[in-house]
Amino acid sequence: MATVEVKNLEKNFGTTKAVKGISFTIDKGEIFGLIGPNGAGKTTALRVMSTLLQINSGEVRIMEYDVEKQPDEVRKLISYLPEDAGAYKNLTGRAYLTFIANFFAEKNTRKMVEKGIEIADLGERINDKVDTYSKGMKRRLLVGRALMTDPKLAILDEPTSGLDVINAQEVRKIIKDTAGKGTTVLLSSHNMLEVEYLCDRIALIDKGKIVEEGKPQALMDKYNAKNIEEVFTRVVR
Amino acid sequence: MSSLGNIIKKEMKELLTPATILPIVVMAVIFGSMGNAIGGIEEEFSEKPVIGVINEDTGNLSMIASSILTNYSDVVFNSTNINDKQVGLEQVKQHDGVALIVITQNFTTNILENNPGEFEIYWIMKGAGLMDSISSEIVEGMISTINRELSKELIEGNTSANATIVLSPTQRVETTYFKDKEMTGLSPGAITGLLSSQSMMIPIIMMMIILMAGGTVISSMALEKENKTLETLLTLPVKRTSIVTGKITASAAIGLLMAVIYMFGLGSYMQSFSMSGNINLADYGLALTSQDYILIGISLFITLIAGLALCMLLGTLAKNYKSAQTLTFPVTILAMIPMFITMFKDFDTLPLAIKGAVFAIPFSHPMMASRALIFNDYTLVIAGIIYVSIFAVISISIVVWVFKTDRLLTGSTRAKKLFSFKKRR
Repeated sequence: MATVEVKNLEKNFGTTKAVKGISFTIDKGEIFGLIGPNGAGKTTALRVMSTLLQINSGEVRIMEYDVEKQPDEVRKLISYLPEDAGAYKNLTGRAYLTFIANFFAEKNTRKMVEKGIEIADLGERINDKVDTYSKGMKRRLLVGRALMTDPKLAILDEPTSGLDVINAQEVRKIIKDTAGKGTTVLLSSHNMLEVEYLCDRIALIDKGKIVEEGKPQALMDKYNAKNIEEVFTRVVR
Repeated sequence: MSSLGNIIKKEMKELLTPATILPIVVMAVIFGSMGNAIGGIEEEFSEKPVIGVINEDTGNLSMIASSILTNYSDVVFNSTNINDKQVGLEQVKQHDGVALIVITQNFTTNILENNPGEFEIYWIMKGAGLMDSISSEIVEGMISTINRELSKELIEGNTSANATIVLSPTQRVETTYFKDKEMTGLSPGAITGLLSSQSMMIPIIMMMIILMAGGTVISSMALEKENKTLETLLTLPVKRTSIVTGKITASAAIGLLMAVIYMFGLGSYMQSFSMSGNINLADYGLALTSQDYILIGISLFITLIAGLALCMLLGTLAKNYKSAQTLTFPVTILAMIPMFITMFKDFDTLPLAIKGAVFAIPFSHPMMASRALIFNDYTLVIAGIIYVSIFAVISISIVVWVFKTDRLLTGSTRAKKLFSFKKRR
């Protein structure tokens, strides 16, 4: 059973067709990357899978649950990290993680919160208000929030956005470890090195359509390219 | 274009948005309507009041009084026999009149013997709003004219009347009939004054709660969008109804707290202006029972929920905190309209169309409740509670529906889906 099954997904905003019939599947524990230029439809596709947007046609199933018909069931399985997400400014980092944990574990939230704190790795600052955090600290807190719930599917939109090199590397390692423990990861990124390092499989999306899909190495071989950036440039051109 | 011109053009483009223009247009329309309403008051002032007169006295002073009453009002009943009082009252009521005035026996003799001449005035009160007492004010004016003319007559006739009687030759015994109640010794003006001071606090409380709690809920939605926390919240395993109910309940609690603090200050301020009157409305059966207070509380609570659901709906339109501030305006107007209308007019005396409009605004109901309950009008209050409950349920359902669509994030929803009856999430 695939964790994610997308069949002919179409999403329009008025007359603008943002996603034009894309299809792909993601297996359990796999890290799948959606990459493409700005406005290609990556974020729209991720938002549909996160139950935020309704689809115009096609079908999206997460662990066999239909995102349109059974969104409440889907929400129990996923964790979504938007690209420009924020946290409640008047809460401390710890209180924010506790607030989120309360939706997933009614009784024993402590373990979940501790895991979030460990991933965020903010030290004593976890007890400070989010309002006082730097952009990077906020992002780490949000990554911690997204992965502490042990989701079946983690949907991460530009997970390392706003992080410096050291922090970005750390987050990539956390994502890889999480996938190793059985969580399926669907991510989008502009950073081709990140995609190459992290993803088991990738799909190149351009103007709402998937134009290429496969394992990074296989794609590099196919296009006789040194890296995914070259593959991307050749495919999109 | 010069740099200055460039900046002016940019500023004007930013400031002159539909969100800034619309409130001004609405305000202008409201002022226009108020102007028309004031025109209506002037018309009412120029109309002759409808009255009935029973003149039991045959002296010249009563004739002066009677002729003034006849000249300045539309007399629909005229008699010289006090036994006709009941018939007279019926006649006045039938003609939508304001009072039956009885000039008592020995009116002239009493004045000439240094005792005040007596009028018995039977008022027929239609409403307890400030504007409802216009006709009775005109009659009060006529009585003053009679007093002035009688004083003149006494001075010109070189009578032996003492100065007190010359200055104030008559006295009144008043009875007011209002909503099946007979109140002896009270004029419509006194009742209106007492009731308005009593029922003014609830509209102000209602206004404050709606403004404070409504502002909170709209801002809360706006902040979720501005701080980019809404998307995360909507992907958590929590029912949309729980999100909506949670936001409304928290805002209601904060709104109530803010209103209590505000009213504490306002209450002390208002108390400094209130006079200690010697009329106790409870003596006339015009007091609220504990059951009435419960009904007012229910009405207030249901209306708050309905109002907050409405605010939440508006909050979904807010793009950021700044735009949220403008969105509280329509709610303020909706709360202000019934506040002013109920202050000036009784619900019963409003024209049918305005009556419908006032009833349709949920905020009207707690504002009208206390006055209605004083006069045992339970139908209006209970009907109001039922209506506002339905309004609240529908509003909350719409908000929940909006939360289930793309509307919150994209600012639009697909018409096809909107009109389809397919069961959505």
